[in-house]
Amino acid sequence: MALFGFFGGKVAAQDAAIEAAALRSDRFRQAREGDWQRLEAIVRRIEAGRFRKVSDDDLLALPVLYRTVASSLSVARETSLDAATLRYLEALVQRAWFIVYGPRVSLGRWLLRFLGGGWGRAVRELRLEIGIVLALMVAGTAIGWLLCAHDAEWYNALIPEGLADQRVSGASRAVLRGTLFGHTKEAGMSAFSAMLFYNNAQVAILAFALGFAFGVPTLLLVIQNLATMGALLWLYHGQGLTLDLAGWLMVHGTTELYAILLAGAAGLHIGRAIAFPGERSVLAAAAAAGQRASLVMTGAVLMLVVAALLEGFARQLLDTTPSRLIVGSFMLVMWTAYFTLFRRKAAAAEGAA
Amino acid sequence: MTALAVPARGDRRRAMVTPEGIALPIVLASRGARFGALALDLMLIGTLMIATTIALIYIASGLFDANLDKVDRSPALQFVLIVWIAAMFLFRNAYFLFFELGARGATPGKRVTGMRIAARDGGRLSAEMVIARNLLRDIELFLPLVFLLSSDDSGAAGLAATAWFLIFALFPLFNRDRLRAGDLIAGTWVVETPRRRLEAAMSLGASAQGTSAASGASYRFGAAELAVYGEHELQTLERVLRDDRAEAIAAVHEAICRKIGWNPGSGDERAFLEAFYTQLRARLESGLRMGRRKANKFAPGG
Repeated sequence: MALFGFFGGKVAAQDAAIEAAALRSDRFRQAREGDWQRLEAIVRRIEAGRFRKVSDDDLLALPVLYRTVASSLSVARETSLDAATLRYLEALVQRAWFIVYGPRVSLGRWLLRFLGGGWGRAVRELRLEIGIVLALMVAGTAIGWLLCAHDAEWYNALIPEGLADQRVSGASRAVLRGTLFGHTKEAGMSAFSAMLFYNNAQVAILAFALGFAFGVPTLLLVIQNLATMGALLWLYHGQGLTLDLAGWLMVHGTTELYAILLAGAAGLHIGRAIAFPGERSVLAAAAAAGQRASLVMTGAVLMLVVAALLEGFARQLLDTTPSRLIVGSFMLVMWTAYFTLFRRKAAAAEGAA
Repeated sequence: MTALAVPARGDRRRAMVTPEGIALPIVLASRGARFGALALDLMLIGTLMIATTIALIYIASGLFDANLDKVDRSPALQFVLIVWIAAMFLFRNAYFLFFELGARGATPGKRVTGMRIAARDGGRLSAEMVIARNLLRDIELFLPLVFLLSSDDSGAAGLAATAWFLIFALFPLFNRDRLRAGDLIAGTWVVETPRRRLEAAMSLGASAQGTSAASGASYRFGAAELAVYGEHELQTLERVLRDDRAEAIAAVHEAICRKIGWNPGSGDERAFLEAFYTQLRARLESGLRMGRRKANKFAPGG
């Protein structure tokens, strides 16, 4: 094996070695080996997480080197029968491919791009699903109301006991009014709102993830949640407190229901792509829909943070129905405007791919 | 010689085409390795959660005035509680995002087990893909766990829910590409990261040129002698030479001598094989350049 010792890839020795190589394919290899090893050194440093050790020159050279080595691989496949070299090149090209075609943005940078237009665009792309889910939400509320109006027993079935508290069927006007107003003195709502957020966020993620089964469970979840609200509306309507309840709900509800609407639409979007993939394969259609829906979904989680803050703080601080209605409506208008009016051209091409 | 046949790994090999149009062979990560990586990551998350909790309890204990009734009303404690809830949410949902969006495209667990995620179509791995595959993790991993642990609520509904979530949890077992539901939605898959050294070129040095350094003998093979073998045999020979095990070299040397009708001597096997390898490769490669390939010894021509 001493024979191989003198060949080490050093530039000075290389010219002589190229002359010494008996095979044309080995001469090809030796002429390009320097590039391969430089690329490997860069890739190894990045893989090990030592970004600081990669010089600017190396970073700039990385895409060029990647293409050089990729073309070396193409040529070697047609001219060389050196299996070890071919396998080495394949592995090296793959490792460099991971980096050259890896995620280009960090979490923070992505978030900025997302807020600066990516979110709104994804929402607009889900128009159809949003329309469907909105219709279902209205229908769910109506169903809850009508069921209770038909038979008061339904109220107990629809409202979970934990939520009911004093809001039982047949409660007096004073009691119901008491649940809506007069909590300004209560502190201790901030932790409560964080808890609410955690809960709601997991529910929203569930609504999204359930879209997998053709979207049916998502729709059921949406209808069931909104039927609860319909039942609540019916109860307060019986005591003439409809508008007050609406205000109480709207402070955070416009944001929270908006988020649930988006989460449900995102789930349905995936379900629809799986059920009706169109001309693409099911897998390709699901992947395209999933990437779009995940953007909307991330936004929905952010909206739930806002909703939880509103529910924990604003609702207690605002103790009159008009002010609550104003805040709720303002949030509704603001979100809609953000999704529909705030458009940027720059990022449009990249996200569509 | 048996190293060539690896049927156990065979079904995990896939071809992927890069945007430059080069087909790359890739190896999907095994289910066992992925499970191991997940277990490592979960342990890491668990450790982080416990450490955070202990740290926050330690901080909170300094705020206690031993009056538990006032816990609800203390703003400082409220703040600690909020920090705790936010931290738990982030550990659960952002841990995977943070690492998989990094340049290394893998969580610590995946890195230890030597794999990373990649786009199925060979294109760029986008942030949307990473987010989509991790949003689904909740329904695949945490919900089945919760359901299995709290399965005391017996009855048909509980069973159905458990079965439903198990479908997601066991999803990777039922498809060829070992996709979990999140991979399917995101258009990603999990592949092994290759690691291979560049080995020395074989056709260098005196013995490869045909002259043995040890004995000074010169080996020249005629066209008829080289025509008996093809690419498959060449690669087997290459591996034997690279492995450099004396008994394998002796056995191959004897087999080749018998095949081409030479009288097998001894003591100079390696030089003989290097010369034979170089001349066979030169012959096959010149055929390759002319568009003639000879896959193995059974193929005609060459």
